Amino acid sequence: MSKVAIHAIYDDEEPLMATAATLKSQGIKVKDVFSPFPIHGIDGVIGVPRTRIAICAFIYGLTGACLATLMMWYMMVHDWPTDIGGKPSMAYYMNVPAFIPITFESTVLCAAHGMVITYYLRCWMLPGVKAKNPDPRTTDDKFLMIVETSEENKSTMEALLKNGGASEISYKLAH
Amino acid sequence: MQHESAIREPLILGNKSYRQITDDIARPIEGKANKYWYILLTVSVICFMWGIGCLAYTIGTGIGVWGSNNGVDWAWDITNFVWWIGIGHAGTLISAVLLLFRQKWRMAINRSAEAMTIFAVMCAAIFVLLHTGRPWLDYWLFPLPNTFGSLWVNFNSPLLWDVFAVSTYFSVSLVFWYTGLVPDFAMIRDRAVKPWAKKLYSGLSFGWGGSARHWSRFEEVSLVLAGLSTPLVFSVHSIVSMDFATSVVPGWHTTIFPPYFVAGAVFSGFAMVLTLLLIVRKIYNLENYITIKHIEYMNIVIIVTGSIVGVAYLTELFISWYSGVEYEQYAFLNRATGPYWWAYAAMMTCNVVSPQLFWSKKLRTNLMFTFVMSLVVNIGMWFERFVIIVPTLCRTFLPSTWNMYHPTFIDIGIYTGTVGMFFTFFLLFTRYFPVIAQAELKSILKSSGQEYKEKAAAHGHGNASHGHH
Repeated sequence: MSKVAIHAIYDDEEPLMATAATLKSQGIKVKDVFSPFPIHGIDGVIGVPRTRIAICAFIYGLTGACLATLMMWYMMVHDWPTDIGGKPSMAYYMNVPAFIPITFESTVLCAAHGMVITYYLRCWMLPGVKAKNPDPRTTDDKFLMIVETSEENKSTMEALLKNGGASEISYKLAH
Repeated sequence: MQHESAIREPLILGNKSYRQITDDIARPIEGKANKYWYILLTVSVICFMWGIGCLAYTIGTGIGVWGSNNGVDWAWDITNFVWWIGIGHAGTLISAVLLLFRQKWRMAINRSAEAMTIFAVMCAAIFVLLHTGRPWLDYWLFPLPNTFGSLWVNFNSPLLWDVFAVSTYFSVSLVFWYTGLVPDFAMIRDRAVKPWAKKLYSGLSFGWGGSARHWSRFEEVSLVLAGLSTPLVFSVHSIVSMDFATSVVPGWHTTIFPPYFVAGAVFSGFAMVLTLLLIVRKIYNLENYITIKHIEYMNIVIIVTGSIVGVAYLTELFISWYSGVEYEQYAFLNRATGPYWWAYAAMMTCNVVSPQLFWSKKLRTNLMFTFVMSLVVNIGMWFERFVIIVPTLCRTFLPSTWNMYHPTFIDIGIYTGTVGMFFTFFLLFTRYFPVIAQAELKSILKSSGQEYKEKAAAHGHGNASHGHH
C-alpha cells in the first residue's frame, strides 16, 4: 500500500498549531513543520524531542578547559620554567591565578565553536546544500505541515486539514 | 500565543503582516541604494584608503613615524585599540545579555549591533597588531614551539591574555552573528529573482529550511551562545583593563579598572549603536521597526552606564587622595591640571555631565539631540583612554623621561582610516545583509505589534491581569 505525503499550507501559525493538536489527539503523527520563525510550543505537539546540543557544548567546554590547563602546565611549568618578575613557575598550583583568564577563554572558545560546528553538521547546513524547505514561501509568511497517510485515507485527511484552516493542499510521494 | 501588558509600548509600528516585514527588510537588498548611501560610502572609502596608505608607510618605515617616543611609548595606538574594542562590546551586550533577560526590543537592533561589534574588533586588531613594531612577526603572539622564538609565550602576562580574549571574542561573535543570519539569508534566497543573487544567498544560507527540529536547535544554540558570550564580553574588557592595572604605574595600578572599563565600553558602544541606527533607520525607512521607544531604551542604558563611569572617575580621585600615596596623588593631579588638562576636561564634560541630560524625556526622545549626544559620548570615551595613557606616561617616576606627546600625520591617518574602514564595512553590510533579524521580529509581531496590541486592548485582553505566559 503506497503512502502519500500531504503538504498543507497555512497562512498563520495559530490554525496550524490547533490542527496539529487535533491530529495528535487522533494519534496521527505530523512528519514535519516548516515556518518562517520558531513557533513556540510546537515541539511537544508534533513530537520533536528536546535537543541535546547544550550537553555537547558543556562537553566541548570541559575539553577546552582541560586543553588550556594542559597547555599552560606544559609550556610554563614543565617544558621551560622561567622566573618572571621574581615569580618562578615552580608548580602549576602556584601560578594558577595567572592561568585563569586563558583557561576561561579556551573554555568559551571550544564550547562555542564545537557547538556551532555540531549544529551545522547535525542539521546538515553547509555552503552549497540545497534549500530544505519544500516551498519557498515558508521563509516569508506561510506555514507548511507535512502529514503522511495512506492512499485511501487521503480524502478524510484532506478534509481534516482544510477544516483546520489550511489554505492549500498538495500531494507528494512519500519516501 | 503570548500576551503582553498593554502598558508596554508596541515595538513594531503600523499595521504590519508577516509579508510586510519580509518586504521591508528585503527592500534595501533588492532595491537601489539611495544617494545618501553613495555619499557616505564614498567618504568612508576615501578615509579607508588614506588609512591604508598610512598603514603601509608605517610598516615600510617602522613605528618611528608615529608620535610615540621614549617616555610616552603607548599613545594613540592603544587609545584607539581600547576605544574600538569598547565600542564592540555593546553589540554583544544587546544580542547576548538582552537575550538572557528576554528583552524583546533587542530584536530590531541586535543584527546591526553585532555587525558593529565585528567591524569594531577588526579596527581594534589593526592597532595592536601594528604596535608590536614588526607586524609580520605577529604570529609569535601565539604559543608556537620555541624554535620560532627563544621561549614560549608568557602566560603570566595580561598582554597574552588579551591575545586569547580578543581572538576568542572576535571568532565567537562572528559565529553568533552568522548563525542568526542564516534564516534571514534563506528568506532573501527564497525570493531572489536575479540569478547571481539566488546563487549568492543560497551559498550564504547553507540550505536553511526552517523545519521545527532545526528551529528548536537554532533557539538552543542562540541561548547557549548568549550564555557563553555574556561572561566573555565582561572578561574581554576586564582583561584589556588588566593590561594597565597589573602594571606598577601610578594611576594605572588600581582594582577599580575592570568594572570601570566594562561600564565605559558599554557606554561608548551604545552611543555608537545609536549613531549607526539613527542613520540606518533614516536611509532605509525603518522607522516602524527602530522606533523612538528603541532609541529611548538605549538612551536609558547610556544614562546608567554613564553614571557608573562618572562614579568610577570620582572614586579614583577620592582613593588617590585617601591612599596617602604621593605618586598616586600626583598622577591624578597631573591628569586634571597638568599639560593635558584639556583632555581631562573634555572627558569629564562628555562622559559625566552630558549623559545626565537624558534624564529629560523630551531630550532622550529627540532624534537630533540623541545623534549629537551619541557623537559627544564617543568623543568623551576616546578622551578617557587618552587621559589614562598619555598624561600618565608623560609624567612617570623618572623626570628625565618627562616629555610631551604630539600625534603625527600618520597617527591621525591610521585612526581616520579605521573609522573609514568601519563605516565602509557597515554600509556594505546594510546593503547586502538583512539589517534586522526578521525571523525573530515576526515571532513578536502578535505580542508587540501595534495593530495586535490595539486589537487586544479593544477586546480587554491587553490588561496585565489577563496576561499570561
